[in-house]
Amino acid sequence: MSAVSSSQVERRIVFLLLLIAVALPLIFPLGWKTEVSNYSKLAWNLIQSAPDSSVAIFSFDYDPSSMTELQPMAEAMLDHAFSRNHRVLVMALWPQGMQMAEQAFSKILAKYPDKRYGIDYAYMGYKVAGIVAIQSMGKNMAEVFPADLSGTKYQDIPMLHDVKTLKDIAYINSLSTGVPGIKEWVMAARDVYQTPVTGGTTAVSAPGLIPYVNSQQQLFGLLGGLKAASEYESLIDVIGPATVKMDSQSVAHILILFLIAVGNIKALRARKRGHNE
Amino acid sequence: MSNFMSIFGLWLSVFFTFSIFSFLYKDNPFYKLAEQIFVGLSAAYWLVYLFYSIMLPNLFTKLVHDFRGNIILLIPAALGIMMLLRIFPKTQWVSRFPIAIMIGTSAGINMVRYTKSDLLSQISATMINPFASSSPSIVMGNILLIIGTICGVYYFYFSKKQEGISAVPSKLGIWFLMISFGASFGYTVMARISLLIGRLEFLLKDWLHIIN
Amino acid sequence: MKRNLPLFFAFFCGILVIVSEFIPHRPFSMMIQTLQDWFMIISGFAILLGQISLFQSNLAKIQQRESGWMYYLAGLISFIIMLLVGIFWGTQETGGLFGHGANIQAAMGSKPFDYLFDYAYQPLSATMFSLLAFFIASAAYRAFIIRSFESNLLMITAIIVILGRTSLGGMLTSWLPESLKFWHLPNLSDFIMEYPNSAAQRAIMISAALGIIGSSLRIILGIERSYLGSDK
Repeated sequence: MSAVSSSQVERRIVFLLLLIAVALPLIFPLGWKTEVSNYSKLAWNLIQSAPDSSVAIFSFDYDPSSMTELQPMAEAMLDHAFSRNHRVLVMALWPQGMQMAEQAFSKILAKYPDKRYGIDYAYMGYKVAGIVAIQSMGKNMAEVFPADLSGTKYQDIPMLHDVKTLKDIAYINSLSTGVPGIKEWVMAARDVYQTPVTGGTTAVSAPGLIPYVNSQQQLFGLLGGLKAASEYESLIDVIGPATVKMDSQSVAHILILFLIAVGNIKALRARKRGHNE
Repeated sequence: MSNFMSIFGLWLSVFFTFSIFSFLYKDNPFYKLAEQIFVGLSAAYWLVYLFYSIMLPNLFTKLVHDFRGNIILLIPAALGIMMLLRIFPKTQWVSRFPIAIMIGTSAGINMVRYTKSDLLSQISATMINPFASSSPSIVMGNILLIIGTICGVYYFYFSKKQEGISAVPSKLGIWFLMISFGASFGYTVMARISLLIGRLEFLLKDWLHIIN
Repeated sequence: MKRNLPLFFAFFCGILVIVSEFIPHRPFSMMIQTLQDWFMIISGFAILLGQISLFQSNLAKIQQRESGWMYYLAGLISFIIMLLVGIFWGTQETGGLFGHGANIQAAMGSKPFDYLFDYAYQPLSATMFSLLAFFIASAAYRAFIIRSFESNLLMITAIIVILGRTSLGGMLTSWLPESLKFWHLPNLSDFIMEYPNSAAQRAIMISAALGIIGSSLRIILGIERSYLGSDK
């Protein structure tokens, strides 16, 4: 077997192992428990402490590519907000975000059949230009959202009667995959109009956003990846889609560690062989 | 009919999922087809949402309902059309005007926003009393935070040849960066695995009904 | 006029944004609000321009029968279908040219646009990115090798974080007494994220911010003018 094809075979074995490591725990769940981190607790605290009937913005700034990580967060946080009787203005800085929002809402509304459109939630749609749109919302919300998705004028939506600018919003929850997303909300909403911002992001983006969770409270907690979504589910006492996926996540992580170890042993042996020759 | 369509839709999803996964074996016509369909759908999706969420409510509806009151909107509409003239080589230069407005505005916004959020606020968040907490781990963490930030910036910004004592902060900065890259790698692993879990869940649950 | 007037526009808009930051009152507040509203509309046209360019380039590839032109044709057809169903029957709550299409909705279970999103766009997008899981596993095996002190640091941190972000990591060190809870893997992983990682990311943030401020100034003052393109 040539060197190239042997590396191809190795590669395919790695792929196969990963497939098995992820699939098996999905079929045979292990039921491992997860611990709640401080970042998730901070995000939970913000929603928990907002007064009854306050208006919050849920910004769906992601697309289906990251829905496995962000959809469970969106559902858990929405569930939490509705349980606290908050009213939710739904918008998106990514065009695909509104479809994601509708999927999350259809699931959570089944749990809250009393929630009514226009009074408890409103779909305001996608807005282009990210940070500029947010800045504009700080001056005049009705100018940015002349109407909701179905064409109802901003002024005719009951839950938005007292919401003129971002300052009238209790908190913003951005579920974001990249740009525009949480960073833009922090920059243009929190740091300019002092509206509290929290959110969830993919695990890839989380390390870069963590400096915003600081003494200046630029960001109130942060959910990073599927693990954080499962933490949030446990905070609201729900066994949701993220919790059931955590077993697979854990087993796959162990496999990755195993692969790193094998790769290093192989490299070490190759280096030793090189020295001996 | 609706039932048939949902089953058909499910099989369509399965077909596309396997078409993309087939790339793991090697590049092939199924993958190429799925890739181009994705590009096409994606572009049309943006266009449709752009029309319904921006052009219609923020421009056309306003002009149709109250033309006199919103006559000023003809200016951005004209600038937008000037932008579209970029398509034709002879009129390309006309698009410089709307581009300049967008670039100038973005530059102004970036300047003020980054100064406040990523420069001043980050410096303020680093200028903390590390000994304020009674917990030794937090005190140690705060000291690491201050040293790491200063050394990291030193590494990036003092690009003159560093020797002797002046090389120490730079070296420390690299170490902090390595720790951060390691953490980022760990998080990236987590993210990528999650995405795969999502797809396998779809196949095992929605398609094969093996799991509930 | 072809170059200097756009440069003046960029200068004026940039300065207006900065001035309105420090004097957030009339007339600047009104001017900046108007500018931002216009910006959104022009951005809309900019995206439209991008889509037209994509359409044109695909069309050219098909006309010239470039290799793989059938795939581009499939892309173009999917583009046209998605666009037409969106225009005809709208999306989600929004009606299209022919209203909400109650009959077609009853037949398909949802609007055609949403149907294509759910059963074509969504699986394509999600699967495309899930491929990366396989590549990162392969990279972990082939490339994540200890070579120096720095790579050691990277490796140890990665291992702690990978373990700390799983249920197993918590279980492995859950027996530790309260006085040693700092070494509990999830706690250690959180500590790394909160302090050393934050420090490095903050350094990157501050350095990048200085770079962005500098380049923004160059644009506003007309020193950086490459965005205007050449005169030819």
